[in-house]
Amino acid sequence: MGGQAQARVVLRLSGITKRFGPLVANDAITFDLHEGEVIALLGENGAGKTTLMNILFGHYSADEGAVELFGAPLAPGNPRAALAAGVGMVHQHFTLADNLTVMENIVLGTEPLWRLGRGRAAARRRVEELSRDFGLAVHPDARVGSLSVGERQRVEILKALYREARILILDEPTAVLTPQEADDLFATLRKAVARGMSVIFISHKLHEVMAISSRVLVLRHGKLVGEVRTADTDRHQLATLMVGAEVAALEVRPHAPGPVLMALRAVSTPARGNATGLKGITLDLRAGQITGLAGVSGNGQAALAALVGGLDLPEAGEMEMSGAPVEGWSPRRAVDAGVARIPEDRHKTGTIADFTLTENAILESYGDGKFSRRGWMNWRAAEGFATDIIATYDVRCPGPATRIRLLSGGNMQKLILGRVLERGPKIILANQPVRGLDIGAVTYVHQRLLRARDEGAAVLLVSEDLDEVMALSDVIHVISEGRLSPGFARGTMTPAELGVWMAGHGFEEAGHAA
Amino acid sequence: MRLEPVADPGLGRTLGFPAAALGATLAFAMALALAAGADPLAVLGLMIKGAAGSKFALLETLNRATPLIFTGLAVAVAFRAKLWNIGAEAQLYAGAIVTVLLGTGALGLPWPLLLPVSALFAALAGALVLLGPATLKLRFGVDEVVTTLLFNFIMLLFVSYLLEGPMKDPAGMGWPKSQKLIAEARLPRIMEGLRLHWGFLLALVAALGVWVVQTRTTLGYEMRAVGLNPEAARFAGLPVGRIMIKTALLSGGLAALAGWSEVAGLKGSLTLDLSPGFGYTGIIVAMLALLNPLGVVVSALFVAGVFVGADSMSRAIGVPTYIADALMAAALLFMVLALLLSRVRVRRG
Repeated sequence: MGGQAQARVVLRLSGITKRFGPLVANDAITFDLHEGEVIALLGENGAGKTTLMNILFGHYSADEGAVELFGAPLAPGNPRAALAAGVGMVHQHFTLADNLTVMENIVLGTEPLWRLGRGRAAARRRVEELSRDFGLAVHPDARVGSLSVGERQRVEILKALYREARILILDEPTAVLTPQEADDLFATLRKAVARGMSVIFISHKLHEVMAISSRVLVLRHGKLVGEVRTADTDRHQLATLMVGAEVAALEVRPHAPGPVLMALRAVSTPARGNATGLKGITLDLRAGQITGLAGVSGNGQAALAALVGGLDLPEAGEMEMSGAPVEGWSPRRAVDAGVARIPEDRHKTGTIADFTLTENAILESYGDGKFSRRGWMNWRAAEGFATDIIATYDVRCPGPATRIRLLSGGNMQKLILGRVLERGPKIILANQPVRGLDIGAVTYVHQRLLRARDEGAAVLLVSEDLDEVMALSDVIHVISEGRLSPGFARGTMTPAELGVWMAGHGFEEAGHAA
Repeated sequence: MRLEPVADPGLGRTLGFPAAALGATLAFAMALALAAGADPLAVLGLMIKGAAGSKFALLETLNRATPLIFTGLAVAVAFRAKLWNIGAEAQLYAGAIVTVLLGTGALGLPWPLLLPVSALFAALAGALVLLGPATLKLRFGVDEVVTTLLFNFIMLLFVSYLLEGPMKDPAGMGWPKSQKLIAEARLPRIMEGLRLHWGFLLALVAALGVWVVQTRTTLGYEMRAVGLNPEAARFAGLPVGRIMIKTALLSGGLAALAGWSEVAGLKGSLTLDLSPGFGYTGIIVAMLALLNPLGVVVSALFVAGVFVGADSMSRAIGVPTYIADALMAAALLFMVLALLLSRVRVRRG
């Protein structure tokens, strides 16, 4: 990919600054995107990646600075301008109509309504051509609602190609893909780039950035802190740039599995709305062991977490704790039985935003004799408890009387960790425990989970990030369409092998064995 | 122009905006007076004089505030837990009916016993009236706004039936009113010769009690948790359904005490015009108080003052008393707007 220095500049951002109150989300950001290159926009959550793209797309207008597309200035604050100029964006959350077919989704909005019926054959030919040329296999007449996440992403990319986008922006595109699907995506991108397409690839996964990009821009706290050619850098340097400090490696001690603390025997749960149910899964959670659950999002992770967390009951099959069948299972029972629950959504289910840290810290334990007696709260004890958590778990905050909505995600998660771990749990359900956290907080949460495991807790780690699952888990199960794979010991599987299971293969044979 | 949420409103914003809302209400009142062809300052002066300008006026305001404190508390308690009780009017009448049933001679007890007993049963009746809608909401997801609101009309028709039929006063010359309470069932005046009864002080005690419950007890903690985030509360293992039921019982009971205190303290009998919408006005009272139980006392006094003052002003210079209703509506709208604005910042671009 040499010779790019001479390539035409298709997008130029100069001095983009955007402030939200006292927060500077983008601070004088300047860069060029050339024809036929892939640049990676790397940065932690909150570094300003999304704000920058929203400015490019006219959802925000910059306080200072200008955007130039193909040599012409882009009118600020007009969401259609960028689209019309040939910029396509694939969001993390797709913008497709589930009840329409692939064809209809692609054509929608490109033609006047009264002409939708005409020119169909020609449109269809073009879609088929594009999908063949770029390796985007998807049936044009399939309903989008019935497609897998990977297929939906292909439809989004086809949509952009059909509209003759010359710049494609992908926001965390691999978060929802299996390793194989991610490889397919990269192949597609390489084909597109070979034809002169320019790509901005937003990610925080270093190995992907290294694999696909030719240049990396690193954002930190709204500032562009580094711009390096991918060929001249390595993962370690990028991580250091992104975090602004050396990143500590995670130390995993050999594990000593103990007895089974929770067992699921051929458990099924019904599907709830759009959420997949469980189909006869068998799972042992052992003391002193981290059991990782890998899988593409929406394949039954939520159902399993609800079951272990006390929000749901098995429809069929047995659920046992320490050898005895579970009865009257509920969130309260789960807490009392020693299940620590770190919920998937810390804002909606983990905390009460307008409650103080103290009030949030005792949410599961306010009924204990320590915090209340005969219906009267002991606020002094509660505040002492919150103060202890703040100190022990390094929660950065003005004090226990602060409303928790003012805390960053990482500090919120530390409070939740403290809340559940201080009860000395036997089983820990960690559902996406580090999603959206910055690297410092990620490392902290992982260390805490490992320490709890070393102290004898059975940890169930649910994560859509395969790297995280592989780094932490002693045993990995893959979940796909509500089915559970056998457990694989640490180090026995490659990402590609797990990816085969994540894509739904292998269950038929294993189903009989289990 | 765009609105951005303010992370932490701070004391200045949380108090400044409601104060501005009161100022805007005042300005609106003057504009209304001007439109009615009167001197705004004179109208305002007469209203203040009529509400607090004399001992008689002041006591009248306190008397009027008494049921509003009770219904305001009822609404504040329920709304805090996101139980939308619009039916304080029905619960008030339920309390009034029980007060009349027990207080017209059916129960022969000395007053130190009879009054607490009638208060207790009145509160129970109000609590039961709200229990229905709360159960429907929990069991079947029926919207309690609709059920509690409609129950107001059912209750009013029921009272009308009672007063035309079984509870009609035989000596009432055909008027639809109940028998008078016996002396032992009446709330005494606070001081001989003053037209203020003990209901007012009991309302203050109730406000203090609700404040203590909300800030010092596990029930208060639970009610606030459920109101702020029911999903997180359920996830943490709080018994959300039971908390809702307890909230409903407390709210209904408080509203019923408004009816009890009006009958036993002021009117002495039940008529169809016992409440000129105290239940609905309680919503305004609670909202103006930002659902704070101690604030309810202040806002009930304010609202009562506006109504009493408007009556008196109207007699003096003939600006219609509707000005009070318009003012209340304006105050509510300004307050809701102020609440919204105190949480966001307007930015250009």
